[in-house]
Amino acid sequence: MTHIAKPRIHHPGLARNRLGLTRRDYEGPMSTLCAGCGHDSITAAIIEAFWELEIAPHQVAKMSGIGCSGKTPTYFLKEAHGFNGVHGRMPAVTTGAHAANHELVCIGVSGDGDSLSIGLGQFAHAMRRNIDMLYIIENNGVYGLTKGQFSASADYGTKAKRGEVNREHPIDPVLLALNLGASFVARSFSGDKAQLVPIIKGGLRHQGFAMVDIISPCVTFNDHRGSTKSYEYTRDHYNELVQADFVPPAQEITASYEAGDVRTVTMHDGSRMRFRKVPEDYDPQDRDQVYAYIRDRQRAGEIATGLLYLEEVPPDGEGTHFHGIQGTVDEPLVNYPFEELCPGAEALEELQRRFR
Amino acid sequence: MALDTQVLVNGGPPATASRVNDLAFKIGTVNGTGSASANGLLRSAIFRMGIPVSGKNLFPSNIQGLPTWYEIRANRDGHTARTARFDLIVAMNPATYARDVEEVTTGGWVMHDSSWPLPRDLNRDDVHFLGVPLAKMTVDNFEGSRVRILMKNICYVGALAALLDIDMEIVRGLLKETFAAKAKLLDANFLAIDLGYDYAREHFDCPLPVHLAPMDGNEDSIVIDGNTAAALGCVYAGATVAAWYPITPSTSLVDAFTAFCNRFRKDPETGRNRFAIVQAEDELAAAGMVLGASWAGARSFTSTSGPGLSLMSEFIGLAYYAEIPAVFFDVQRVGPSTGMPTRTQQGDIQFAAYASHGDTKHIVLFPCDPRECFDFAVKVFDLADRFQTPVFVLTDLDIGMNDWAVPKLEWDDSYRPDRGKVLSAEDLEEASGAFRRYLDVDGDGIAARTLPGVHPDGAFLTRGSGHDRYGNYTEDSEPYADVLARIGRKIEGAAPHLPAPEVRLREGATIGLLTVGGCRGAVLEAVDELAEQGVDVDYMRVRAFPFHPDVEEFLMDHDVNFVVEQNRDGQLRKLLITETRVDKDRLASILYYGGYPMSCHHVIDGLAST
Repeated sequence: MTHIAKPRIHHPGLARNRLGLTRRDYEGPMSTLCAGCGHDSITAAIIEAFWELEIAPHQVAKMSGIGCSGKTPTYFLKEAHGFNGVHGRMPAVTTGAHAANHELVCIGVSGDGDSLSIGLGQFAHAMRRNIDMLYIIENNGVYGLTKGQFSASADYGTKAKRGEVNREHPIDPVLLALNLGASFVARSFSGDKAQLVPIIKGGLRHQGFAMVDIISPCVTFNDHRGSTKSYEYTRDHYNELVQADFVPPAQEITASYEAGDVRTVTMHDGSRMRFRKVPEDYDPQDRDQVYAYIRDRQRAGEIATGLLYLEEVPPDGEGTHFHGIQGTVDEPLVNYPFEELCPGAEALEELQRRFR
Repeated sequence: MALDTQVLVNGGPPATASRVNDLAFKIGTVNGTGSASANGLLRSAIFRMGIPVSGKNLFPSNIQGLPTWYEIRANRDGHTARTARFDLIVAMNPATYARDVEEVTTGGWVMHDSSWPLPRDLNRDDVHFLGVPLAKMTVDNFEGSRVRILMKNICYVGALAALLDIDMEIVRGLLKETFAAKAKLLDANFLAIDLGYDYAREHFDCPLPVHLAPMDGNEDSIVIDGNTAAALGCVYAGATVAAWYPITPSTSLVDAFTAFCNRFRKDPETGRNRFAIVQAEDELAAAGMVLGASWAGARSFTSTSGPGLSLMSEFIGLAYYAEIPAVFFDVQRVGPSTGMPTRTQQGDIQFAAYASHGDTKHIVLFPCDPRECFDFAVKVFDLADRFQTPVFVLTDLDIGMNDWAVPKLEWDDSYRPDRGKVLSAEDLEEASGAFRRYLDVDGDGIAARTLPGVHPDGAFLTRGSGHDRYGNYTEDSEPYADVLARIGRKIEGAAPHLPAPEVRLREGATIGLLTVGGCRGAVLEAVDELAEQGVDVDYMRVRAFPFHPDVEEFLMDHDVNFVVEQNRDGQLRKLLITETRVDKDRLASILYYGGYPMSCHHVIDGLAST
């Protein structure tokens, strides 16, 4: 069993969004992950974000690969189609689904093994193509289902549960994403829902590839002393570098600007990300500077978090994301009637004159 | 072209008896020298003279500088499979002189560039040498090395036109069509063609006894390669998403699809695309993209060759088990491993039939020529949608990349895609929550599917992990086996709906000669040749797997069946043994797997040696 059914009867007083749906309508069946697993907190944040954004669940495509992370789409949005494919190949399946129907809201949930080892190539190429999707890495530094081997995100010198020390250098998805031109790059922590929800909302509304790396401790295999992906280590080294709010299109920014308020970035649908707090010498829209800054904080032993980099979508929105590059029509390809796709007998006759 | 047509005379090569519209010749050049257009010009001119003709390009896996050959066979009876006997060779590549000269039949001709003396050791006293100073003529008449190289090719076309009696008006007409917008190039081509033609007329007895004459064999035919035809089929079937990774010899299929989409699928108002073509990072990703697009409701395909298919097998298993329509074109080349990328083979038959781990079996179509590539490219989408499964079209390099004269492609405007059981929003509304993804409601092994974004009641989680008939995860024995057994029934049930075999029976025959795919021409030629020798054989060409019921019936009806195919292990024969009730002693193999297209003599020699 990977899920346990939940009762379908809800408390009548639960808050409803404008679609008339409660948060419970955005849930799935009960998780079967270990008690205290970081992934379940991320699931809760995803549910909150979708509810607040008032997205109809059936318009969402939940994509995943293999591993503990691959199971999680079961646990949210039960009225959405899901695709739990093969290990490390979620980006390709999502690319195909998005190519066919760009109106689907695509959320991919992956893990550090799924994205940084077996699926590193697909992860990288999905960023290059700027697929319009929210891509979450539930990053715990270990393989859980196969009982605790180091993953490619395990830090140099981190200790396994049985005492083995990692001597291979990690792949950092944030630095990789910055390098490969991802247009929305964030790092967060499963234990910080207040930071996580606005990042997920922004990622869902961002046109293009939104990469969110979330430290999500594995309570069973990687939550011990000497591990750099434990709850304790993460809390001790946590630095909320950037604080950003998600502001939906219709809503005006009324709150007075606090000290440190730096900028507001408008996204293609009119939503905005409002950067409330960033360090003085930090520009979240300067890719090179962000890269250098993160490297610097890592050397200082800090885990820098927040919406670290955001590229403004050019006004016409074309040419940068997948369908812009492809030059596809506005109507999703799946909606095109056959009559408008097939050239017909006369055209075939005409064409074949060239073949003589 | 049997030896008895040759009359030996004292001294020098034997004279060859006159023969019209039954000849084969070969041009040996270096790749990257622009000979392809000259060779295509020859093939087109012969086609327009109304003579059945084929053109086969034997090329290296290389960009420039290695030997390449173009073989043209014209035959009034329509036998245009590859032949290994050449009446004439145009030897343009000194690096292959020795081997080229050897391939000419006794009494045949070798045309060579006499700007330089032919090496003495290449002389054969049983063939005629026709020296044409091609390099000298082009140096004398054209400026610039590139133009000279190109015009040298056109010069040999002119000389061949004189020698073989190819209609010069047709040749000039073709040049006019090609260079309609480039007057200067047209003039150069006209000059080059005349230089070659006039030289041959002045110096040789033209035409040769073996030559061509106009006939009316091609009125309803076209010349097309299989990759182009398959791509066109994909457009006509309504495919909107293609994902691929470049690989010889399948690349030109997606190239052609791109070109046809640009021609037929641009929104007239906005100029935007009603298609998406993704060049993936590898074949794994290409297959994943096809599954994703099909899952979302588009008709989607990929085109690859053996090495790519190996990489795709993980996703093929997923598509089979999660029941996602997916279309794979496999333009086979020589394996195993990298093998010989520019040579042809039928080496993926067994692999395609059972690709991926676990219990799988797949629908496979085997077109024999470009015409069938077009028809099957439409059919394959209907089958994938109807049976919700990966379906393969297995062609090969010879079908995919060579020029075939085939009957015109036909289209029926009343065709509408068979999308299979896909529930609409209205269907789901009506079902009021009763939809379960893998429930066999109709008893035909095919469950209804839904598309994302359509209706909340249609939601389910597609998974490659164990699932029950309701689509839920399971690790329990019975619900798992229940689904797997149903999928097995579904695929078996497809057999009668697949293309039936092509069968040609002869009175009193007790021997069956069966084959698959592009071997058709060679085998039919063999059937005719055997009949002339007084041996009657029945012919069958398998067109799909799982085997149509007619296949087994044919095998049972014959004491012995010879299975002709292009691989070492007799893969089709093995499939027949596994998947029909026929006793394996009734099945014998005739195999050729050296990488060139199958010839009639392979079949005849194979029969003789068994």
